Amino acid sequence: MKTAGIVERAGRPDFVAIRNACGVCAPLGACLAFRGLEGCVPLVHGSQGCATYMRRYLISHFREPVDVASSSFTEATAIFGGGENLKTALDNVARQYEPRAIGIATSCLAETIGDDVGLYLEQYRRKRVGRSLPEIIHASTPAYAGTQAEGFAAATRAMVARLAEGGAVSDSVNLLPGMISPADLRYLAEIMSDLGLAVTLFPDYSDTLDGASWSEYERVPEGGTPLASVRGMGRSRATIELTHGGAETAGALLETRFRVPRVRLDAPIGVRASDAFFDNLVRLAGGEVAGRHRRERGRLVDALIDGHKYVSGKRALIVADHDLLVGLSTFLDEIGMAPVLCASAARTPALAEALQAAARHSREPVQLMADSDFESVFEAAQPLAPDLVLGSSKAHTVARRLGVPLVRLGFPIHDRFGGQRLLHLGYRGAQQMYDRIVNALLERQQESSPVGFSYQ
Amino acid sequence: MIEILDARKAQVLRTGSDSQALVCDRASVAGSVSQRACVFCGARVVLYPIADALHLVHGPVGCAAYTWDIRGALSSGPELHRLSFSTDLREQDVVHGGERKLERALRELITRYKPNAAFVYATCIAGLIGDDVDAVCRHVAADVGFPVLAVHSAGFGGTKKDGYAAACAALEKIVGSVEAPTAPLSINVLGDFNVAGESWIVKDYYRRMGVNVVACLTGDGRVAEVQRAHTAQLNLVQCSGSMTPLAKRLEERYGTPWKRVSYFGLEDTAAALYEVARFFGGDELLARTAELVRGETEAVLPEIERCRAGLTDRRAAVYVGGAFKAFSLVRALRRLGMVTAVVGSQTGNRDDYEHLRSICDEGTIIVDDTNPLELARFCLEQDVDLLIGGVKERPIAYKLGIAFCDHNHERKRPLAGFVGMGNFCREVYASVLSPVWDLAPARAGRAAARATQ
Repeated sequence: MKTAGIVERAGRPDFVAIRNACGVCAPLGACLAFRGLEGCVPLVHGSQGCATYMRRYLISHFREPVDVASSSFTEATAIFGGGENLKTALDNVARQYEPRAIGIATSCLAETIGDDVGLYLEQYRRKRVGRSLPEIIHASTPAYAGTQAEGFAAATRAMVARLAEGGAVSDSVNLLPGMISPADLRYLAEIMSDLGLAVTLFPDYSDTLDGASWSEYERVPEGGTPLASVRGMGRSRATIELTHGGAETAGALLETRFRVPRVRLDAPIGVRASDAFFDNLVRLAGGEVAGRHRRERGRLVDALIDGHKYVSGKRALIVADHDLLVGLSTFLDEIGMAPVLCASAARTPALAEALQAAARHSREPVQLMADSDFESVFEAAQPLAPDLVLGSSKAHTVARRLGVPLVRLGFPIHDRFGGQRLLHLGYRGAQQMYDRIVNALLERQQESSPVGFSYQ
Repeated sequence: MIEILDARKAQVLRTGSDSQALVCDRASVAGSVSQRACVFCGARVVLYPIADALHLVHGPVGCAAYTWDIRGALSSGPELHRLSFSTDLREQDVVHGGERKLERALRELITRYKPNAAFVYATCIAGLIGDDVDAVCRHVAADVGFPVLAVHSAGFGGTKKDGYAAACAALEKIVGSVEAPTAPLSINVLGDFNVAGESWIVKDYYRRMGVNVVACLTGDGRVAEVQRAHTAQLNLVQCSGSMTPLAKRLEERYGTPWKRVSYFGLEDTAAALYEVARFFGGDELLARTAELVRGETEAVLPEIERCRAGLTDRRAAVYVGGAFKAFSLVRALRRLGMVTAVVGSQTGNRDDYEHLRSICDEGTIIVDDTNPLELARFCLEQDVDLLIGGVKERPIAYKLGIAFCDHNHERKRPLAGFVGMGNFCREVYASVLSPVWDLAPARAGRAAARATQ
C-alpha cells in the first residue's frame, strides 16, 4: 500500500512573531540535566529573572524544590562583563550549598555580551589552587540557539566532556535517555537491572526531582548519577543513546574521545521501538529478556487488540519536542491512528526524515510544522478537525478551542497532578499512554452522547 | 545549620533583639538563589491584566514563554493579555539588529488582533544590540493612531521594582489621552490585578456604597479606562510597591490625592471602604458604608470563628512580593488567632520594614529578598505550622511538613475583601489541620524536638 508520506509546511506561515511558544529556552533544559548529576546545583549566568522563571516553570511541573542560582547581572555587569558576578556566585553557591558540582548555563545575555566563561573559570580555579572546589561545568546555552531540548543535550555533553575519563574498558554500559520523566528513568533502571546490565544512566534526576518527604532540609537533594559513575563513562564498553540530540551529543563525544561504541536509537515509545531497544540491550547483556518484560509486551499487544476499534482511524494532533514527537507519531501509526499534524518548536533538520515511520499506514499525509508556535498550530489544525491532541499542558488552549480532549504527556505538566510520574517509554509506558488515549476518546464519546451508556 | 551568606546578614533581623534598620532596596546577591525575578517581571505583572492591549516581548523567546498566561488576572471581555507574543530574536538578529523584525511583528499582530494599545517590552538583548525600540513604537503609533509604548525592562537594569516603575511610566503616558468630565464620587483603584476576580469584589463594594470606580489599574483593565483615569477624584493604591510611582505622578499632574489601602483581611478591607467614605464625606455615604461592612462581616464571621478554634496559637511564616500585603497578612493571621513568626518580602523598603517591626510580636524574624535555604532555616527555627507565599515557596513548606497558602498569581479563589477573608481562613484551616502531616517525617522530628525542650 502506498502511503501519503510526510508533508512539510511552514511552522509559522503568516507571522514573524511567535504567538504562544511551543517550547521555552535552552538554559532550562540545561538546569534539568544538571539536576541529574549527584550533588550538582545549577547556576544560570545572566539576569536574576532567568533563573527565577526557570525555577518556577520546573517547580510547577515537579512539585519539588528546584534551587537554581543566578549570577544576577546588573547594568555594570552587562557593560563590563560578568566575570566578577560569576565568581561571586560560585563562591556563594559553594558556601551555602556545599555542592559536589555546579553546572553553569549561559543565558542569551551572557552570550550576547561575549562573556568568556571558560576564561573566567580558569582564573577562578587558578586563584583557588589547593582548595577543594566543587566540579564546575559550563554549558553554552543561549536562548536563541534552541529550546529546552538543545539545552538539555548541551549540558549533558558538557558534564561528560568535563568529567569522563578513559582507561581500561569496564563492564558498564552508558545509557543516555534524553529528557524523560522520573518515572521513565526509574523504569529504565529497572529494565537494566533485570537484564543484569551494569549501567550508568545519565543524567538521572529521578530522585532529585521526585523525592520522598524529608525529615530535615536537604540543601542538595540526594540522588543523581554518581560523579564517579560519570567519570567512568569513558571506560564503558558501550553507549546507548535514546535521543537524537544532533551531531554533538554526549554519546558522540564518548565515541570520538574514548572510542566507546555508540548505538543511537529512537526513544523506545510504542511496541516496535521498544522491541528495538530490548534487542539492543539483549545483544549487550547476552541471555534474554526477563520473562516479566516479555509478558508485559504480551499484555500490551493484547490491549492494543482489545482497544483497536476505539482508536482506529482517529486523527491526532501531536505537539512535542523532537524525541517525543517522533516516538508518539510512530506509536500512533502502529496502533492504527493517524498523526495528521505533528508540530514542534524544534528546528532540527532531521525531523522530517525521523518521522517517516509515522506515515506507514495512514492514507492521509502526516503534516509537519517545525519551528512552530501554538497559534500557528491551532490555525493549521482547525481545518483538519483532529479527534484529539497529544502534548504537554501548554497544548491545553489549542485542545480547548478545537473542542477535543488533550492527553497530557511530556513536559511541562502544569495544570494536572503527577507529571513526574507519567510513563512514556517501553512496553509499560506504551500501555499507560494507550489506556489514557482510549479513555480520553471514550469519555468524550460518552459525555457527548445524548443518552449516555454503561458499557463499551 | 544553614548558614546565612555574609553579604545577606544585614537583610535579616529579629524583632526585640535587633535594633538596627534592615538593609533592603538592593540588587540580589549573586549566587544567593533569590526568589525575585527581574525588571521585566515587574513591568510584565503590572501591565499584564490590560486585556485589550497587545503585549509584545521584544527579545529571545524565553521571557515571553515563561510569562504566558502566568497570572490568574481575569477579564470580563477580551483576553488578548492571555496570549504570549515574542519577536523571537535569534543569532542573526543579534548580529544585524532586531528593529525591522520588531516593526514587522508589531504590524502583523496589530492587524490580526486589533488591540487598543500595544506595549513592547524591551528585554535584556534588545538594548544590548542597540535597537531603538522607542523609535519603532513612535513610528508604528503614528500609523495606527493608538498608544504603542516601549517598556524598558532589561532584566539586568535593576530589580523588579524598576520594572514596576517602567510599567507606571507607560501607564502615565496613556492616562489623560482622552477628554472626559470628572464624575462625582469617583475613584481609581491602583494595584489590584483581578487575580481570581478580586477587582470585581472590590468594585462591587464601592458600587454598593454609591462610589464610581473610573479605572482599576490594571485588574480587568481596558485601555479606555486607563485613558480616563485622570478624571477620578481620588486614587487608592493597594499594591503600593508597584503603583505608588503612578499615584505620585497623577497627583503632580492632576492634583489627584491618593491613599494607601489594602483589601486583604476584614479590618483592612473595612478601612479601605471607610477611607473613601470619609474622603467624600456625607452621612448617607458613611451610613451605607457602615451597613455594607456590617453585613459582609457578619456573613463571614461564623466561618472565621470556626477556623480560629483550630488555628489559635499556630505559627506562620509569610514571604510575599510586596510588603503591604505582608502587613495585611500579619493582621489577618492575628484575626485567626495565629502568630506571625517569620515575615519578609521581595521588594519592601526601609519604611515598610520599620512598619512591619512595629506590628509584629517580639522575636519575629523579618527578612528582605530571602532565598530557599534561609527560608527553610527560619521556618524550622521558628517552628511554624504554615507558610504563605507563591509557587516557588510551596515545595519548601511541603518538604518540611509545613502547611501552605498560595497568595500569589496562581490562586484560583479570591482572597480579597470580606468574602476573600472567608476563603483565606478556609484554605489555611484545610492545610494546617490536614491529617497528612501526621505522616510527614519532618513533623515527627519537630514534635520530638519540641518535647525535649
